[in-house]
Amino acid sequence: MVKEYHTISQIAGPLVFVEKTEPVGYGELVLIALPDGSTKRGQVLDSSDEVVVVQVFEGTGGIDKASGVKFLGETVKMPVSKDMLGRILSGSGDPLDKGPPIIPEKRLEIIGAAINPWARDNPREFIQTGISSIDGMNTLVRGQKLPIFSGSGLPHNDIALQIARQSKVVGKKEEFAVVFAAMGITSEEAQYFMQDFERTGALKRAVVFLNLADDPAIERLLTPKLALTTAEYLAFDLNMHVLVILTDITNYCEALRQIGAAREEVPARRGYPGYMYTDLASMYERAGRIKGKTGSITQFPILSMPGDDITHPIPDLTGYITEGQIVASRDLHRKGVFPPIAVERSLSRLMGQGIGPGHTREDHRAVSDQLYAAYAEGRDLRGLVAIVGKEALSERDRKFLDFADSFEDRFVRQGKDEDRTIAQTLDLGWELLSALPVDSLTKIDRKFIEKYHPTMKKK
Amino acid sequence: MAEKKKGQITRVAGPVVTAQGVSPRMYDVVFVGDLKLMGEVIKLVGDKTVIQVYEDTSGIRPGEEVVDTGAPLQVELGPGLLSSVYDGVQRPLPVLRDKQGDFVSRGVTAPGLDRQKKWKFTPTVKKGADLQGGAIIGEVPEGNIVHKVLLPADAKGKVTSISEGEFAVEDSIGELDSGHEMRLMQRWPVRHSRPYVDKLLPDIPLVTGQRVLDMLFPLAKGGTAAIPGGFGTGKTVTSQQLSKWSDAQIVVYVGCGERGNEMTEVLTSFPELEDPKTGKPLMGRTVLVANTSNMPVAAREASVYTGITVAEYYRDMGYDVSLMADSTSRWAEAMREISSRLEEMPGEEGYPAYLASRLSEFYERCGRVKTLSGETGSISVIGAVSPSGGDFSEPVTQNTLRIVKVFWALDSKLRERRHFPAINWLTSYSLYSPILEDWYVKNVAEDWNKLRLWAMETLQKESELQEIVQLVGSDALPEEQRLTLEVARMIREFFLQQSAYHPVDTYSPLKRQYDYMSAIRKFSELAKKAIALEVPLDRIASLKCRADLGKLKFEETIDQDIKTVSASMDKQFAELGV
Repeated sequence: MVKEYHTISQIAGPLVFVEKTEPVGYGELVLIALPDGSTKRGQVLDSSDEVVVVQVFEGTGGIDKASGVKFLGETVKMPVSKDMLGRILSGSGDPLDKGPPIIPEKRLEIIGAAINPWARDNPREFIQTGISSIDGMNTLVRGQKLPIFSGSGLPHNDIALQIARQSKVVGKKEEFAVVFAAMGITSEEAQYFMQDFERTGALKRAVVFLNLADDPAIERLLTPKLALTTAEYLAFDLNMHVLVILTDITNYCEALRQIGAAREEVPARRGYPGYMYTDLASMYERAGRIKGKTGSITQFPILSMPGDDITHPIPDLTGYITEGQIVASRDLHRKGVFPPIAVERSLSRLMGQGIGPGHTREDHRAVSDQLYAAYAEGRDLRGLVAIVGKEALSERDRKFLDFADSFEDRFVRQGKDEDRTIAQTLDLGWELLSALPVDSLTKIDRKFIEKYHPTMKKK
Repeated sequence: MAEKKKGQITRVAGPVVTAQGVSPRMYDVVFVGDLKLMGEVIKLVGDKTVIQVYEDTSGIRPGEEVVDTGAPLQVELGPGLLSSVYDGVQRPLPVLRDKQGDFVSRGVTAPGLDRQKKWKFTPTVKKGADLQGGAIIGEVPEGNIVHKVLLPADAKGKVTSISEGEFAVEDSIGELDSGHEMRLMQRWPVRHSRPYVDKLLPDIPLVTGQRVLDMLFPLAKGGTAAIPGGFGTGKTVTSQQLSKWSDAQIVVYVGCGERGNEMTEVLTSFPELEDPKTGKPLMGRTVLVANTSNMPVAAREASVYTGITVAEYYRDMGYDVSLMADSTSRWAEAMREISSRLEEMPGEEGYPAYLASRLSEFYERCGRVKTLSGETGSISVIGAVSPSGGDFSEPVTQNTLRIVKVFWALDSKLRERRHFPAINWLTSYSLYSPILEDWYVKNVAEDWNKLRLWAMETLQKESELQEIVQLVGSDALPEEQRLTLEVARMIREFFLQQSAYHPVDTYSPLKRQYDYMSAIRKFSELAKKAIALEVPLDRIASLKCRADLGKLKFEETIDQDIKTVSASMDKQFAELGV
């Protein structure tokens, strides 16, 4: 029999302080019975002999000092089962789709333990997203976490959806299961995702967690943990390849700051708590592969950079944890280029392991390095042209200038349903590079030029 | 032996636990709760003890037991360290995986050194020898090296017995007349530096085979370097290259708050790599400390100390050790996180006020020293710094720069144009260059330093000229200045850029670096003469030898190729009338 306490001494923001309890475990799940008969859930943040601090997930609205508090003696657990695929759940894991309750096969701790680095398997299976600026220049591999750094008004949702739709491992039939966790996004955005999932049939192999903009902010701290616990179950118990989309991380961090402020903690940068790095890491690091298991978790967190500022604590800390980033560019978007991926600012840290012979093609590294270098040079020249005019440029420079334009127009730009194979992407790269003088292709080994260069090919 | 004392938990708030009824010393290791989580005493107030716990504290309740071990956080030192992969508090990760599966769960202890494994011990001292603390008493073959067995620093006396044979680390291998029983293993508290006799001048370079580092910004054996850089500037690849190629006998790699997948890359790539000197696996001279960003924050704080203590132990045997700490910013953040849980008064940007002194204490533990046993050993520390927002004025970077002598400035602009390693040649510096001059003259070439200055000067001139070019375009410059731009471009693209992934280009010996740069200088000198004869620069730049210089770095026959191209250079310029 779980004891019910009526000893609330203070309620402040999302926190409830309870006195004179029996010893309560840190992180324990709490049920609060409100005078109106409803119940709210919370978690122990601080437990001492005198007072227990409870963080209430659904917000403290309606709780009074006479409310009953029950400590359940266990930490928050997530019931998981194979039947979760195709289901839509709330931000705290309750079914929203009027479907039957989920009969759990297992109940798992939502605070995932860290994967032992020794048990991790090196992610090296190339994922073909069909998007040239990703596949060719910032290649993704299974088990990677690659966030999309975007800004308000940019089509990051479309990019994420296209990736979710087209992602495949070349030569393998297995499809990705999708775990989608919405944190504080508008219902309109959520609908956009849901409609696309339904249209493409992706919903059958998806688990959706929805914490919308008007749901309690504190619940947002729970949502990604539930989603990732589900993903771990699908990946490492059921051997599926799971793609996790988390959106929007910025809302999650705002909730974190809100809790920190309510607890009167010493803030670090811009009022965000000092442990935000560790907190984000415990979320992002739940991607990867494990030796001896066939499943994998690949993460696509989406975050909107406040004021397009990449040095803001949220993108900054994220970038230090994730294996690269895909940056959406406002300039390209204004030029009407879709997907507006700023290739020069994007990066995939695991690219080296997923490309080359046996993965993509032997010339991949060289072609992408050369495209990068030539594009950077062409972009620099744009600045110069603005001052001195195009006529003042040398013949060589003019070619680089044109290259930068055609790179954006033909390589980066593609249709929302255009699914390019990696060979198509690389051949397109060669075609664009062939407009440059051959001796300026310094990053490409001679033997590749002889094999792939459209006009220098040895027949 | 201190009596073990027990007390009760009174408060649990995340990784910080308060207990009562136990009276340990500061920094004693304690076991917390029924799960026996490992923790460290970080504050004593009245009858309360504040403990930082190395593991997740979910489910721990007030009233559970706290046990004091009576000793501070120690590491086990002895044969078996090499090839090991540890977490931040020296628990071997492979053993943890065997014990508890793929995820790191709580309350598991595992000794740092294997207790069962037997090592072949050969004494180097005889019965009757009078030994001081830190003396070498014998040898054990370990990995790629000979592990010298050291007497603990506090032991001394005459050897009354010592035996040869196969021993496990805890077995007695002999005795001193002071009653001290000699073993292969000893322990050392990680937060204290190991003693040595004297610090020596760092006048020998740590050769890394990375052209931009060795030629322009060398690090000395026993020196300190910082690699700052925003995320994605190639910091990790650079530090991995250093581990693979630097000429230290022992490499200690501390992944402090790093990405799991990146650590995996290290864990899988090191065993596959061959040590260029011995032909044996690189792991045979490597100790890895891996505490990924999602592993407990307190263990992350300890991991850097664990790493440097292991490094000191091998230094004391007379080896050159290089220690990579990737990243010290994550370490500093761990300090900040713990400090804020303790509700300490914060300094700049929420970091604790003692940040600067902790950093300098750490870097001061490196250096080239005369050891207690009379050997010479060194620890070179390369600390990666990840400035938040790429802002070098933040406290961790600033405090680090006040201490270290070498600064390898990684630059995201260079990364964008795929200039790797993305080390900015204008903002980087090395204060060791003057001290190392003599060594280069003796060991590589008479005019190494001149060549270095010439290259630096050319690059400096280029940056000045670039400012003009930005305004008026390069056509407006006189031919001679355009040549400087052209030569600087050659230095940048041919020499400074180096591919970590290309089998030939990944390592460049000093002699080759010298020859390569000399060839570029030769081109520059010949071109200058040609311009004086009014040969247009475009013709010079389109000479075949110029293009060849750029491509030969990927050829197996590079050393021969440099000579050939250098010879053909004379011929091709002669055709222009030079």
